[in-house]
Amino acid sequence: MGYVTLSQVTKRFGGVTAVDRLDVEVDQGECLAMLGPSGCGKTTTLRMVAGFEDIDEGEIRVGDRVLSSKRGNYYLPPEKRNFGMVFQAFAVWPHLTVLENVAFPLRIRRLPAAEIEQRTREALTHTNLLGVAHSRPDDLSGGGKQRVALARALAIRPDVMLLDEPLSSLDPHFREEMRFEIKDLQRRFGFSILYVTHDQSEAMALSDRILVMRAGVVQQVGAPTEVYRNPANRFVFAFVGLSSFLRVRLGEGGPAVDGADLPAGLCPPLPAELSGAPQAVLATRPSEVDFVAEGGLRGVVRRRSYLGEMVDYQVEVGGQDVRVQKTRHEPGPAPGEACGLLLRAARWYAADESD
Amino acid sequence: MSAAAPRFGTAQVLFGLAVGILVIFVAVPVLLIFFNAFWVNGAFNVADVLKVLRQKDTYEALLNSLVLASGVTVTGTIVGTFFAWLVTRTDLPFKGAMKVLFLVPFMLPSFIGALAWKMLLSPRSGYINRFFQEVLGFDGPVFDIYTYGGIIGVETMYLFPFVFIQVCGALERMDPTLEESARISGADLFTITRRITIPLVLPSILSGALLIMLYSMAHFGTVAVLGIEAGIYNIPTLIYEKIHQSAGSFDSIRTGTVLATVLVVTAAFILWLQNRVLSRGRYQIIAGKSFRPTELKLRGLRYPLLAFCLAYIAFTIVLPTVTIFLVGGLKTYGLPLAAENFTWGNYRHILFEWQLTRDAIWNSITLGLAAALITMFAGVIISYVIVKMKVRGKGILEFLGMLPFSVPGSVIALGVILAWSGKFGVNLYNTVWIILVAYIARYMAFSLKANSAALEQVHDSLVEAARASGATMWQALRDVVVPLVRPGMLAAFFLIFLPALRELTVSVLLYGPTSRTIGVAIYTLNEDGETVYSAALAGIALVIIVTGEVVIKRFFKTASGS
Ligand SMILES: Nc1ncnc2c1ncn2[C@@H]1O[C@H](COP(=O)(O)OP(=O)(O)O)[C@@H](O)[C@H]1O
Ligand SMILES: [Mg+2]
Repeated sequence: MGYVTLSQVTKRFGGVTAVDRLDVEVDQGECLAMLGPSGCGKTTTLRMVAGFEDIDEGEIRVGDRVLSSKRGNYYLPPEKRNFGMVFQAFAVWPHLTVLENVAFPLRIRRLPAAEIEQRTREALTHTNLLGVAHSRPDDLSGGGKQRVALARALAIRPDVMLLDEPLSSLDPHFREEMRFEIKDLQRRFGFSILYVTHDQSEAMALSDRILVMRAGVVQQVGAPTEVYRNPANRFVFAFVGLSSFLRVRLGEGGPAVDGADLPAGLCPPLPAELSGAPQAVLATRPSEVDFVAEGGLRGVVRRRSYLGEMVDYQVEVGGQDVRVQKTRHEPGPAPGEACGLLLRAARWYAADESD
Repeated sequence: MSAAAPRFGTAQVLFGLAVGILVIFVAVPVLLIFFNAFWVNGAFNVADVLKVLRQKDTYEALLNSLVLASGVTVTGTIVGTFFAWLVTRTDLPFKGAMKVLFLVPFMLPSFIGALAWKMLLSPRSGYINRFFQEVLGFDGPVFDIYTYGGIIGVETMYLFPFVFIQVCGALERMDPTLEESARISGADLFTITRRITIPLVLPSILSGALLIMLYSMAHFGTVAVLGIEAGIYNIPTLIYEKIHQSAGSFDSIRTGTVLATVLVVTAAFILWLQNRVLSRGRYQIIAGKSFRPTELKLRGLRYPLLAFCLAYIAFTIVLPTVTIFLVGGLKTYGLPLAAENFTWGNYRHILFEWQLTRDAIWNSITLGLAAALITMFAGVIISYVIVKMKVRGKGILEFLGMLPFSVPGSVIALGVILAWSGKFGVNLYNTVWIILVAYIARYMAFSLKANSAALEQVHDSLVEAARASGATMWQALRDVVVPLVRPGMLAAFFLIFLPALRELTVSVLLYGPTSRTIGVAIYTLNEDGETVYSAALAGIALVIIVTGEVVIKRFFKTASGS
């Protein structure tokens, strides 16, 4: 039984279905990342949970409390939902000091002054803001402002935190640091997190489970390793991690790549649902392809780039490109050289229009 | 750019030109006013200035200016803020159209509005008052427009858009998540409005309010039309009275310069205050991509409020405009508004027969074009030096560049009289040229604003890239800078041309027998009791102004669309 439960949640804007029958549960103390390209409906989902958008179908609950329900014709406004929320553009109030920003939700709740003082102090302490409590947010860096937003969300001691791309307005260098801070806070206070991002590495690093979305439809929900190792479809494969896709013809004599040798037994067995299809794609990750001098899938190295610790090869195989990554200590062929490729963990997917 | 060039080059020429224009057109007239106010019989004399200020008519005018401007500021701010909130934050029907309608008063010259209201509400002959007496049987006149309340009311109708525009802009650009984060913090809409929204748009409200104040302080037309009857003078109308009635005697000029000094100082203070409000309070509340903020559902109040807005527009825009056209078509002023009393004769007379009005129309159009062209080019040169060049002594230029913003029309006019009536070898008095000189000073601020905004957008690296490609400074200016600032120059042109068409405050102090402008002609005809001709000319002016506005909006739309 999940703590935050979304069932069959749907949202339409005019003719566009921004979120389509979404089902997901988040446990107490769990962090669920919603991952997907821009415009796929992540923010809309979060805003429905927060109560800024009403739902067109389905139901949203926290514990046994209903927040939005189409069938029950019920909608609880955001100010009554008791969530902490952090927005991409910070949304800290420039006319109030850091302290006043953080105390705002507590003053609204008319808590006793001593408690406001104590809770504000606690939130500021945990976000390392005590030193700038009396500054204005505009005097702080992007990271500082986002800390204020976080502290303000923490102050009410919510049991669910909604974070909408909280790190994407920050300098890359701050992002990692903030990631750990958010994780630390969660460990300390034990709230659940719904975390929206389009950055797969952020989702991997932070979350207990990842929900991958595309055009309003859930593609897969699972632990980061599960989603990475066992992508439910080609979209998920491409979205989480680096990938190359090889068009393969499926004929009488087994799989074949145009203009290149594909030795039998190099690729994994064809799943049953693809047998009989005229062609399919073979998906590989650059880190899971090995070079061999003899045999293997034959190709020619077109480009070699050094990415610091890693070396990236672009290998042309019968007119298609396969990316390979090796550490700089491993030997590899030079540009122009012919080579063989072994695919360690390739997966089959159905070909689509683009192939 | 040219800091390293020791020669006397392009930069120095431009700098000299910029300083020269501002000194001759703006600084000298203002300095002459101060000089005349404080320098009596070869000595600096403050006591005399105080004596002038203690005269009954002077301090009453000062007080009136203050009372009227404060009143208009308060009412205009309330009206402007309320309508701005209504069209940006609620689900009022036809919000887009309403927003455009609320900006229409900006197009209409307020002294023409005042004229219309006088025809409707003057105690003796106002049509509405007569309707109440003759049809509804009231004993005496019900309304009196010749009062403080009447003047404040009429000015409010035409000045509230200053606040309306500012607040609309702030509310529209404001990041909606600023309010949403308050909502998720537990605050209801009322609390959010009070503790988040209003504080965040307060700088915009205040800055709009100060603009109303500035404008109203220095405004001649409405007070001249509605106040003089009841003996209500403000600073600009008293300056007019002094200069005109006493035929340029030394004493009246002195009183004029003292009043003008007070006006300049007040205007400068208001502008300084506005700058402070804006620089201290301009929060970074603008977000990148965000959808529309949540609208307040008016529910049952939706249509009543729409009706209220429409009634307001009907009452403040349609009614006066219709009145002007109808009265302009009457055979004699005072006749009932019935079909048999109307004639096209007045309009024909004004447009084709009467030299005075034909001159006025011609003068206004040519003055507007000339002032707009000259000021546009002068403005682009000055702005270029201020925004882009690194030359020694730029501080002086920046100070001079601020000057046009804080010099009200009546002050310019008075200064121009002092400078160009022969005392320094050139006598332009009673010619259109003196009005042109005054317009250049009067509208320099508009040109500087539009041109420097355009120039700020032209990044230095664009010019540097052109120079690196081998272009000389002149070639870089011609091929890179000028094409990029052309929209700013065009904007400056129209920002000057349209207001100049309907200008009254300056030209009323400067006109001679053949150099009336449209505004002056309307005003003097009205003064002389030629009410129907005055109204007919006002009607024609409205047609010219509105056509101009519409054509130019079209033109800009297609220009920016392509
Ligand atoms: N208020 C709205 N009105 C109309 N369309 C909207 C609105 N909010 C979101 N959308 C549309 O819904 C889709 C999903 O948007 P969003 O949830 O913001 O995507 P994401 O956060 O994943 O980038 C987009 O196509 C967007 O244009
Ligand atoms: Mg989003």
